Amino acid sequence: MSESSSFILDDQEIPFMPGQSVMQAALAAGVFIPHLCYHPEFRPHGSCKLCTVKINGRPATSCTTPAAAGMEVESNTPEILDKRRTLLQMLLVEGNHFCPSCEKSGFCMLQALGYELGVVAPRFSLLYPARPVDASHPDVLLDFNRCILCELCIRASTEVDGKFVFALSGRGIKKHLVVNAESGKLADTNFSLADKAAQVCPVGVILPKRKGFAVPIGQRRFDAAPISAHVDEFKPVAPGERP
Amino acid sequence: MSQRYMGTSMKSTDAINAVLKRHGSDGTRLMQILRETQEVLGWLSPATLTAIAAGVNWPRSRVESTAGFYSFFHTESRGRYRVLWSDNITDRMLGNMDLMQAMCEKLWLEPGRVSADDLVSVDTTSCTGMCDQGPAVLVNYRAITRMTTERVEQMVELIRNQTPISEWPAAWFKIEDNIRRADILLTSTMAPGDALRASFARDSAASATLDEIKKSALRGRGGAGFATGLKWEACRNAPGHGDKTARYVVCNADEGEPGTFKDRVLLTRQPDLVIEGMTVAALIIGADKGFIYLRGEYRYLLEPLNTVLARRRKHGLLGENILGRAGFNFDIEVHLGAGAYVCGEESALIESLEGKRGVPRNRPPYPVTNGFLNQPTVVNNVETFAAAALIAGKGADWYRGFGNARSTGTKILSVSGDCERPGIYEYPFGVSVRQVLEESGAHNTQAVQVSGPSGICLNRDEFDRRIDFGDVPTAGAFMIFGQQRDIFEVVRNFVHFFAHESCGFCTPCRVGTTLLRTLVDKIADGNGARADIDEIFHINHLLQTTAHCGLGHTACNPLLDTLEKFRPAYERRLNLLKFVPAFNLDAALSQARQMTGRDDAGAHLEAAQ
Repeated sequence: MSESSSFILDDQEIPFMPGQSVMQAALAAGVFIPHLCYHPEFRPHGSCKLCTVKINGRPATSCTTPAAAGMEVESNTPEILDKRRTLLQMLLVEGNHFCPSCEKSGFCMLQALGYELGVVAPRFSLLYPARPVDASHPDVLLDFNRCILCELCIRASTEVDGKFVFALSGRGIKKHLVVNAESGKLADTNFSLADKAAQVCPVGVILPKRKGFAVPIGQRRFDAAPISAHVDEFKPVAPGERP
Repeated sequence: MSQRYMGTSMKSTDAINAVLKRHGSDGTRLMQILRETQEVLGWLSPATLTAIAAGVNWPRSRVESTAGFYSFFHTESRGRYRVLWSDNITDRMLGNMDLMQAMCEKLWLEPGRVSADDLVSVDTTSCTGMCDQGPAVLVNYRAITRMTTERVEQMVELIRNQTPISEWPAAWFKIEDNIRRADILLTSTMAPGDALRASFARDSAASATLDEIKKSALRGRGGAGFATGLKWEACRNAPGHGDKTARYVVCNADEGEPGTFKDRVLLTRQPDLVIEGMTVAALIIGADKGFIYLRGEYRYLLEPLNTVLARRRKHGLLGENILGRAGFNFDIEVHLGAGAYVCGEESALIESLEGKRGVPRNRPPYPVTNGFLNQPTVVNNVETFAAAALIAGKGADWYRGFGNARSTGTKILSVSGDCERPGIYEYPFGVSVRQVLEESGAHNTQAVQVSGPSGICLNRDEFDRRIDFGDVPTAGAFMIFGQQRDIFEVVRNFVHFFAHESCGFCTPCRVGTTLLRTLVDKIADGNGARADIDEIFHINHLLQTTAHCGLGHTACNPLLDTLEKFRPAYERRLNLLKFVPAFNLDAALSQARQMTGRDDAGAHLEAAQ
């Protein structure tokens, strides 16, 4: 690997392999960049904007921007942290997020990033959307109240499971998740708890039934250490390869 | 009554199958399939979507995904008569809200609701492009202009009596061109085929005509102003992808920017010029298929345009071996949109052409290399193609004789708002804002919004600025606001527009535009504080720097522009400059007062303090 295959991220030199995004290279080098819609196993699409950085002075999503030699990337600056904090505050008022009653508390990336970035108080008026839960499926509960529209379940169901169980409908603030059934109910799809789509929700929408508090609050994934300390878990699955 | 629990009836099944057959059950034609089905069945029931999904062999979820994205597709019944009031600020200035209210009262209806007998619904819609002849409505997606109290009364009667729209007064559906000033585009009498013959005469490979386009310095008329010649050259040089290599020409007639209606008039008065420009583009890039993406609001133009296309086919100007030139095959089809402003963005438009949600793609790659069906595609505005036809026919030197040093040719402006002669004005580039105001009969002008809500708001100190790419670029909208207008209400209208039209893909635009709407409404209700202005700045900065596409980037323009230039319009709305909650505390106590039967000073908040 020639020495030119690296870029600078907040004063640190980050090596990269051809085809890697800024995000992939940073994570591989052990530098955490906040993200919600990015997942190491799926093609990035850059919708949540949490991973926004400044590249040579211009804002860009690090998950969709290919790494290039000599780039100067700013990530951990007060300006960018403020943007990320505001984006989280937006997501927190868009849905109905009530951590104390959520089975995913402690495993939830939205919550973990809130702690990571110091989102300590509500800022915007809550939108209180009406999002009925779907408990029709024998094994899985869908609580749309917590959906952040990252599309990971859609990508997983489409690309891995080949089932197209999930899709988006509506537009703008009315955008919402739908399932592949005329009744609109998950029970009428061929969804299964073994699907990849059942494993990827970064928040608490897709939950297995009859399983609660298997790990006590306080001992959960992000209780012990902040999300940035889990950087190894987000490393690219096959370095240099985009799924 | 409801199809929801009954599957599709025999009649529905036949109708759906006929539409599917017409489109070869091709899923990429889903937009047309959904629209035509809805035109027959009234709405798209769950069972209808299931049947269509089975027909095109797509997952049902994908079909529902597309159907749910567009304002003009109904996945719930909206009544047999759907009346949509165009809600641009110019319609508001002409009194559309009072008329809509009157209509709703006569129909015993709330805006947005469907009558209990499933007869009628009344609602608002984004600007329908009739700003020079408003207030305008769409009734079952047919455009009606110049609404008055009398027309409202008559329309209510017609709806109550269930008179078919085809029997409504023909005069209501008359759309005026209102051409007030014409220049080379609108006066052109170039015969169909002349631009193609001139191109053939230059050379066989059309590179000489491409050179003319480049030399003309023609830039895109849709707003972004990209050099047309460079775009066409990039597409011509782009390799195709896969086995089915092809190139495409797309005319962007999704004229959604509020206040813009010049493409409607060009497609009415000079359709041959536009189509000839597309054909020249096809010759240059080597395309054999083209689309006119026509906004759903202009549904009434579909048949006239198809007639022109058929005539041109008959005359050998479209189809195989055009004008006898062996191997030059090109045909065009009109593709209707369904009420989504964001589809004016070229990559979102292509997604829509492919039957999907109109969400802008990640770029690069750009459409010139990876466009429709991932093949090299040129997307240009209606006016750009018309200008290109003139250049191909008459040459770059002739064309460069119009305009100024910064911008060649002419620009068609759609003038509306407070002036005596709203309508279409074609000027050579370089015309001053003041001249347009004078010639349209505008007096005591306070502000002009150029290029629509995503453009720029000019105050009276700026009226000597010029319309061109170096000073005030524009896609064509020119909305005039007299001294009597409240600029805050103008901006509020624009903020609501962007919140309604955000595609919802990225967080900052999806949530940010809604939060901005909440904040301006809070200020409008008299509950605003200085902190809200600061928050508006903060959200706008986030949108400008992190939004996925141009819609999000420009959604802040009206607020930022007017906060700088018309600050008093905001500040006089701020009752208190300290913190004020999002609701009126004293009003919140009204129920308590009612229950206790008190209304004395001590029962009010301000007095109690």
